Amino acid sequence: MIIHGTALVSLCLLAGLATGRLLGGALGVDADVGGVGIAMLLLIGGCHLLERRGLLTAPLGHGITFWGQMYVPIVVAMAASQNVRGALAGGWMATAAGLAATATGFLLVGIMVRSGAGTRPS
Amino acid sequence: MTDVVRDTVAANGLLVAFAVVGATMLVSGWLSTCCTGGRVHGSAIAILLGLVAAAVAGGPRGVADVPLLAGVGLLGGPMLRDLAIVATAFGVRPQEFVRSGAIGIVSLVTGLCTAFVAGGVIAWTCGYRDAVSVTTIGAGAATYIVGPVTGSALGAGSDVIALSIAAGLVKAVAVMVATPLLASTIGLSTPRAAMIYGGMMGTNSGVMAGLAATDPALVPYGAMTATFYTGLGCLLGPSVFFMIARAIV
Repeated sequence: MIIHGTALVSLCLLAGLATGRLLGGALGVDADVGGVGIAMLLLIGGCHLLERRGLLTAPLGHGITFWGQMYVPIVVAMAASQNVRGALAGGWMATAAGLAATATGFLLVGIMVRSGAGTRPS
Repeated sequence: MTDVVRDTVAANGLLVAFAVVGATMLVSGWLSTCCTGGRVHGSAIAILLGLVAAAVAGGPRGVADVPLLAGVGLLGGPMLRDLAIVATAFGVRPQEFVRSGAIGIVSLVTGLCTAFVAGGVIAWTCGYRDAVSVTTIGAGAATYIVGPVTGSALGAGSDVIALSIAAGLVKAVAVMVATPLLASTIGLSTPRAAMIYGGMMGTNSGVMAGLAATDPALVPYGAMTATFYTGLGCLLGPSVFFMIARAIV
C-alpha cells in the first residue's frame, strides 16, 4: 500500500531528526547535526532490507517516489517563503560577505571536482 | 460571494499552495521552452519567480506572510521539505556515498573554513575589528543559522547578529540563482561533484534549490553533505573559529 511507503519515509525522518538532535547534544551544540542525512541512510538501508525479503512492492515504492517528485514544487514554495527583503536590507557589507562566501565556494567546488577527475571509473 | 471565496481559500491553505505552486511550475515550464528554448530549466525559473514573489511580499516569511498564501509557508516549510529530501534518497546507490564519502568530509571542512574566512575578512575590512563580531559575521557567511547561533553563544550585539543573518540570506539566494548558471562551468554533473558542492556551499535552502534547478537526480547527494554543514558550523563557530579569530585580531 502507498501509505506504507510514506510511513517508512516519515519514520526514517523522525528517527533521523531525533538522532541528529542527540548527536548535537553529545557535541554540546543546540542544533541538529546531520538529521536529514541520517534519515536518508536509514531509508536506503530500510529499502535494501525490504527488497531482500521481497517486501518492496510497487505501491510501497510509489508512496516514497511521490514525495521525492514533490521535491521541486516544495523548493519553489520554500523560495517564495524566504526573507528576500531581509537579505537585500542588510546593506552592502552583509551582501559582500554573502557573495564572497558564495564566490569562493563555487571556485573551490570547481577545483575539487576537477582535482579528482579520472581517479574514479565512471 | 467574495466572502465565501475568501473563507474557502483561507480555510484550505495547503490546497491553495498546491494550486499556486502548480500554476507557477506550469508558467515556468512554458517560459523555459518559449523564451529560452529549454536552456534555462523550468525549475530554475520557478524558483526565481518564487524569490521575486517573496521580495515583493516583503515579509520575513515571504509570501507566507500574506494571509491568503499562508499555505505556501507550510508546503515550503522544514517538515515537508525534509520529507521530500529524504524521499529522493529512494533508489540511489549507496556505493556512491561510500565512494565519495571522504571527499564529502573534506569539502565540508573546507567549505566552512572558506565561508568563515571570506565573511570574516569582509567584516574586518568594513571596520568590525573585535573577534566576536568578526567570528559572528564569518559564521553568518556560512549559513543564516550558524551566524545567530554563534553570535548568541559569544554574546555579540543584536546589530551584528542581524548582519550575520543577512549575510547568510544573501548567500542562500546567491547560491539558488547562480548554481544552474555555473553548473557546467564547475562540472556539477556527477554524484561525486554534487557531494562536494553540498559540503562546500552548505546552505540547505540554496543547495537544494540550486540542485533542483540543475538536475533533480543530484539532489540526494548534495543534500547528504549539506545536512551536516549547519550542525558542524554551529559546533566550530563559537569554539575553533572564535579562538582562531581571537588569536589573529
